[in-house]
Formats: sequence, C-alpha cells, structure tokens
Amino acid sequence: MTVVTEEPRVEELLELYEKMALIRATEKAAFDQFMAGLVKGTTHLASGQEAVAVGASAALEPDDYVFATYRGHHHAIARGASPEACLAELMSRATGLCGAKGGSMHLTVADHNMLGSYAIVGAHLPIACGAAWSARLRGTSQVAVAFFGDGATNIGAFHEALNLAAVWRLPVLFVCENNLYMEYTSIKTVTAVAQPAAGRAPAYQLPAEVIDGNDVVAVRQAVASAAARARAGDGPTVIEALTYRHHGHSRTDPGKYRPQEEVDAWLKRDPLLVLAERLRDRGVDQPAIDALDTRAREQVAAAVEAARAAPPPPEDSAFTDVWADGGAQWRT
Amino acid sequence: MADLITYREAVASGIAQEMRRDERVVCLGEDIGAAEGVFKTTTGLFAEFGPERVWDTPISEQAIVGAAMGAAMTGLRPVAEIMFSDFLACCWDYVANEIPKMRYMTGGQVTVPLVVRTANGGGLGFGAQHSQAVENWAFAVPGLKIAAPSTPADMVGLMAAAIRSDDPVLMFEHKALLATKGEPPPADHVLPLGAAEVRRPGGDVTLVALASTVPTALAAAEELAGDGVDAEVLDLRCLIPLDARAVLGSVARTSRLVIVEENPYQGGWGATVASIVAEEGFYDLDAPIRRVAGACVPLPFAANLEQAVVPTAARVADAVRQTLDAA
Repeated sequence: MTVVTEEPRVEELLELYEKMALIRATEKAAFDQFMAGLVKGTTHLASGQEAVAVGASAALEPDDYVFATYRGHHHAIARGASPEACLAELMSRATGLCGAKGGSMHLTVADHNMLGSYAIVGAHLPIACGAAWSARLRGTSQVAVAFFGDGATNIGAFHEALNLAAVWRLPVLFVCENNLYMEYTSIKTVTAVAQPAAGRAPAYQLPAEVIDGNDVVAVRQAVASAAARARAGDGPTVIEALTYRHHGHSRTDPGKYRPQEEVDAWLKRDPLLVLAERLRDRGVDQPAIDALDTRAREQVAAAVEAARAAPPPPEDSAFTDVWADGGAQWRT
Repeated sequence: MADLITYREAVASGIAQEMRRDERVVCLGEDIGAAEGVFKTTTGLFAEFGPERVWDTPISEQAIVGAAMGAAMTGLRPVAEIMFSDFLACCWDYVANEIPKMRYMTGGQVTVPLVVRTANGGGLGFGAQHSQAVENWAFAVPGLKIAAPSTPADMVGLMAAAIRSDDPVLMFEHKALLATKGEPPPADHVLPLGAAEVRRPGGDVTLVALASTVPTALAAAEELAGDGVDAEVLDLRCLIPLDARAVLGSVARTSRLVIVEENPYQGGWGATVASIVAEEGFYDLDAPIRRVAGACVPLPFAANLEQAVVPTAARVADAVRQTLDAA
C-alpha cells in the first residue's frame, strides 16, 4: 500500500509538478491544435484541474481502477498515457490512444486500468461500482475511483451509484471535481445543496470531505485516506475537490459567464503555482521549477510533431473491434 | 424419455450450468436471490451459489446494468436481470451508449462480456408498460448480440453461449413462454449464437419467427396444412448475429416469405429481414414479402384487445393465403 505522509518528500513533489506541467502543456497543445483545425469535434480541457488527477494518482496503486469523464485528458496522462498518444487521438491519427476511434472524450488506458472517459454525464459512477464489486469478489485489494464533475451530481446515475456503493460497502471512491460550473451555468443555481457532491453523501450515510482541489498534496492525502478505508473494507467515500477550469467548457467557449474577479482569484490559485510555492518553501529554487516547465513543453512539442507526422487511421479500422473477435460481422 | 422441463426452469438451469463451470459468473438483479425472481427464473441459484454470487439489488436499473458493465470490464462474467424488458428504458444509456460502444471506442482495449436477461413480450395482460416486445430496440444498436429462445432446450443452450460470449448479449425471455414445456437439453448444452433452426420443414412458404411467434407460426402452419399448404417455420433464435443465410436459403426453396414478429411493425426487426431478402433474394420470390407484426399502438390491457394487436395464428395463416393468392 502507498505510504502517505503529511508532507511528501521533495523528490516526490518534483515528480508531481513534472506530471502536472506535462498535463498543462498537453492541454495547451490540444487547444492550439484545435484552433489550427487539426483537432476535430470537441475538446474539454482540464487546465487548472491537474492537481486532482495527479494527486489522486499519486495515492493509488498501479492496478487500481480509474474512470473519468469527457474532461479526462489529465486522468489519462496521470495514469500513464503519453502526451503523444493523447494528442494523436485528438488529431485523428492511427497512433492515437484508441486508434482514433474514441477521440478527446473517450481517452482510455486499459493497460493501466484507466478504464475509460465517459461522455454521458454520470454514466461511469455505476460502472466504477461494478469494478469495485468485481475487485471484492475476486479477492483483490483494488479500489475503483470515479472522477466526475459537479454537474453529474444532479443525474440519477450518481444517486443510484452512491446508494448501491453504500449498501454493498464497495471499495469505491467518488471524487467530484467541482469547478463551480456545469457547462455554462453556475452549479449553485441548479443544485439544492451548497456542496453538490459532499452535501449528498450524508443521505447515503457515506463519509465525505470537501478539499482544496488545487493543492495536489491535499488531494493526495484525501484520496490516500479514502483508499485505505476502502481497502480495509470500510466502504466508499465522497471527496469534493474544489477547483476551476482555466478554459471554457469546451471548444472555443470563452467562459464569459464567469465573473472576471472570480477567474482572477482562481488563476492566482493555479495548482502549478500552489505547488511551485510549496517547492520554494522546501528549498527548491525557481530556475529548477522553470526547467520542469520547459522540459514538459519540449516533450509536448515533440509529441505534437510526432502526431502531425503520423498517418490517419486506416479506413478498414472503421470495421474492426465491434466484437471481441476483432470484427464487425452482424449477420451470416 | 426424460421429464419435460419448463422454459422458466430452463432459464435457471442454463445459468446454473455456467455458474458451476465458471466461478467468474455472478448474478445481480431485483428479487433474484432468496425470492428467486418475480418470474421464478432464478429458482435454486441463491440456494446453490449463495449471496456472494447471487446479489439482490435495489430498484436501480442504471446501477444494475452499470455495475454489471464495470464487473465485466474487470474480469467477471455478470448476468444482470432487468425484470421487465420495458424497464430497459430506465438504463438505456448503458444498453445503447456504454456497453455496445466500449470496445469500439477504445480501439479494442476493453471487452464487456456480460448478459442482460429480461422478461419480454405480451400475453399476460400486464398492460402497456409491462408487456412490450422490445427486441427491436436492441436491434437498432450496433454492438449488442441478441438472443430470444423459443424452447426450454434452446434457452439452456443459448444462455450458456451468451454467458460464454466475450461480447455483450441481451437475452430476451418471453413471458408467454415461461410455463411452456419441452424436451430437456443434453448435458452441458451450448448452442452457437446466430444459428437459426428449422422447426417445421415445408416447401410452399417460409415463416420466419422468433421466441413467442415460433409457436404462433407453428400453429398457423398446422392450420394451413389442412388446406394443403406446406409451410416451413424457421426459428431465428437470435437477432444478432442474424442468420440471414438460413432465411435466404429457405426462401430459395419456398419462394414465399412471411415474417412473424411481436414487436411493432414500425421499426420491427422483420423490416431488416425483409430488406435483406429484397436485396439479395428478390429473384427467388414469387410473391411480395409480408410481415405479421405487432400493431403500431401501445399494448392494451384487456385480453381481447391485446390479442387484437399481436400476431395470432389466424393472422399468420391469412397472410400466408394472401401471398399464395398473389402469385
């Protein structure tokens, strides 16, 4: 089991920073490539929410299950996907994570038990329950983690999942990335309780915690505690991580529905700045931190070049992998 | 001769056969444990396999099918029950958006080997929200396999195949057939998915049927035999994979086709069968294809009204006579 101390070692903090910087650079590249017309369809960028994915991942075992939403690039990378495979997927290349058959909203890294990004709001919460149920029946110590947005807390699947997880005492963590807006609407204005996820947990007699989702160390600590509880057989936990997206909801949404002073306040609490400050407090100098940013940007620049150079998926791949035999045959 | 078994017993028997063989097979659903299912289709499972393999759930269709999906993706072989097929609408996101697309969208990274079993169809007077034949709902979604057995032995064999399948399978258990009896299957019976079966050979007309419409078509064939008409009855057994070759082969012999389906005429599976024959077997036909399907109305409650809108042997026989007259 991952040993979590209150204050991680400096080396670990540097690793967390590096991962978050890699996600930030990847999201910037995703936006740039979208604006350049090379990313079709839509993207939902997670810039500003990196600490939730990276902090949680640092607290989990490699074989734990992770389920994400259509805003899920950060979870794919946190669980081991390369920026190149992610960007190639977004850019419709054969080398994409899903062979360009999923796209931005469905990044999946099954080799690392990151079992999908789900584009129907709330759908994956019951699915995560099933993975947790399976772990228990198979006698493993794995936990399942469902990451979801604040908007998902008003859909039926959320409530069915919390109830089932509670009555079956499943080793599952429900981690809400509360970025304050469901699409273009303030979550406060459409939700009956002040804390959309944590405020519902008591109804299911589940422990819940509201945390600073922009502090990677706080996320790591909360997820580690919840995972330990789940592994010990003490059931699910709801974590509501307060965070903020730097971009709009999707595509080119400028997010004009958000007050400027609110945006400014959250940008000052950028998770990378928060961690940089922590690193400086621990004696790491700014040039060393800047070097991590530079390295991430270079790695992602190379990933963009590789993705641009990669071929599109072969046309016949449209007719593969409907069925487990690899094919699409539906009739004799 | 061995004792006959009921279709209802065959459901539990097919599941039990696979649970004995493979410890990864687990069941979940409403009232399926100690209560043994509202249709008594899980009788004996809880007693034999216990609460670690037969799980009662809340009335939470999304949680049932969603959890089954998550379990299937992580090494189990879940068999989820949705009590009435009408309730598939309550978890349609999973049936239509999640389960059948997961493998494809992930570029083959994930498989979803599960079975969703559900009591389907009319005939028991349950009214419009508990009597529909909805196999055509599933038929509209690429990525689902669909079985709908008509006999107890087929139920065992197709249930085994569904549970062993690495693909998601919807198993439609017809309510009107639950009490019917048939020969028990041989030990360890497994059928292939997607192999139609000729229930009654004949040379004058092909009746393509599924689940409850198989006995309807057979009754019509008996009635027609009295008029000297020799009808072939082909039981599709599965909609996906669809045994189109068997249909085309039969039509090549009989030159006439009547499709008997309980789901509504509008968007019913028979339309796809008809279009395949129109495209690929047109020159074998001596008469227009006819479909005897559910009427395009919600299922009414009263027995006489229900009978007015579902396929009956008399309506099938009439349709056959019309195809014969058309020549």
